[in-house]
Amino acid sequence: MKRSICRLGIAGLVIILLMVAGRAKNSGFTAMEEKPPAEIKIDNFVFSPSTLTVPAGSTVRWTNHDDIPHNVVSDDKSIKSKVMDTDESFSYTFAKPGTYNYFCSIHPKMTGKIVVQ
Amino acid sequence: MASNPKDEILHDHNHDGIDRRGFLKCMAWAGTGAFCVMQGGVLKSYSLSAFSGLKEKQMKGELSFVQISDSHMGFNKPANTDVAGTLKAAIDKINALPKAPSFILHTGDITHLSKPEEFDGVDQLLKNASAKDVFYVPGEHDVIGDDGKQYLERYGKNAKGAGWYSFDQKGVHFIGLVNVMNLKAGGLGSLGKEQLEWIESDVKHLSKSTPIVVFAHIPLWSVYPEWGWGTDDSAQALSYLKKFGSVTVLNGHIHQTMQKVEGNVTFHTAASTAFPQPKPGSAPSPGPMKVPAEQLRSVLGIRDVNYVAGQHALAVVDSSLE
Repeated sequence: MKRSICRLGIAGLVIILLMVAGRAKNSGFTAMEEKPPAEIKIDNFVFSPSTLTVPAGSTVRWTNHDDIPHNVVSDDKSIKSKVMDTDESFSYTFAKPGTYNYFCSIHPKMTGKIVVQ
Repeated sequence: MASNPKDEILHDHNHDGIDRRGFLKCMAWAGTGAFCVMQGGVLKSYSLSAFSGLKEKQMKGELSFVQISDSHMGFNKPANTDVAGTLKAAIDKINALPKAPSFILHTGDITHLSKPEEFDGVDQLLKNASAKDVFYVPGEHDVIGDDGKQYLERYGKNAKGAGWYSFDQKGVHFIGLVNVMNLKAGGLGSLGKEQLEWIESDVKHLSKSTPIVVFAHIPLWSVYPEWGWGTDDSAQALSYLKKFGSVTVLNGHIHQTMQKVEGNVTFHTAASTAFPQPKPGSAPSPGPMKVPAEQLRSVLGIRDVNYVAGQHALAVVDSSLE
């Protein structure tokens, strides 16, 4: 009796280990398929690059390096980030091709453009 | 002041004798704060170091008030890691004025990120000011994320539209404007059609001898459009004020004092109580300017304004927090 419980325990452990390994393998596989986001830096009240061309389905990530908060708002207001304080980021995935003009609604002199092909 | 007339910054609008040297000197004082007295139509500025020499007549206006600006509660970057401390110093300065002001104007950027605790922090500190009434207009940092909803709930209960309003004190008509909402890509500050129409109707019934004080966050004159330091439709707003002999415009946003006279209008921008910003075009961007810690309070400030009935000028004194 004692032995069979022990065996069951070992079998259970093996199954759990296999599941964990499977998952790890799975997620590793997905990560390899995903492309890292295209980066836009915010420095000195400027988006750079100011125009970025990416294939449809790409994720773009903006990161604010200023001591002043900024945001990203598309001209048609369909994209609206939260406010990004220093070193904070905002990501958005562009599913459909098109030209997306955007600006910082706090400092509207700051403008940029994403071209999705 | 009288003892050291060279330090006096006077805009003798009355007699068309604007003192160019004084004006340039005034520009050179960027960031040091001022005391303003309204005398017969123009704000007159004095350095605070010259306070003791001010003539009694200049100090004894019918109305004196203080402008503070850009307290940016919540900011904690190297340019000033203690904005609560410098706001407190500004309030101490107000409380030490020779004549207690009737009220305080806060020309926006009360907070850094529009967080409730940031608004609460400023409210709490201002309770210690000698003047109990505070009139606000929002800066772009006060309307982040909610299109100004929280700002309106806190300060705009009796205001119109996005928070604009007017009131009268001792014969002076005050107009608080909002130029930080619905900003357009590539544009400057904006008042918008609805507010412009309101301004026109608000001043229609006033006699042309009524002194007018307009206050708003972003400058209502073109200080430096490359950095967004201006308001797209300010010229139209000012066109409604042409008939008045005395118009004083008080703004914040650029964290330094500047003055300009144009016809019947004198424009003043105020120092911040939080951190300085560079002179137009003198840096890659208008971001916070880091100065040595021991110099910080010399580039922050408050502004005192005094109105003397019968005289044709408002006098303005900017003073630093040192």
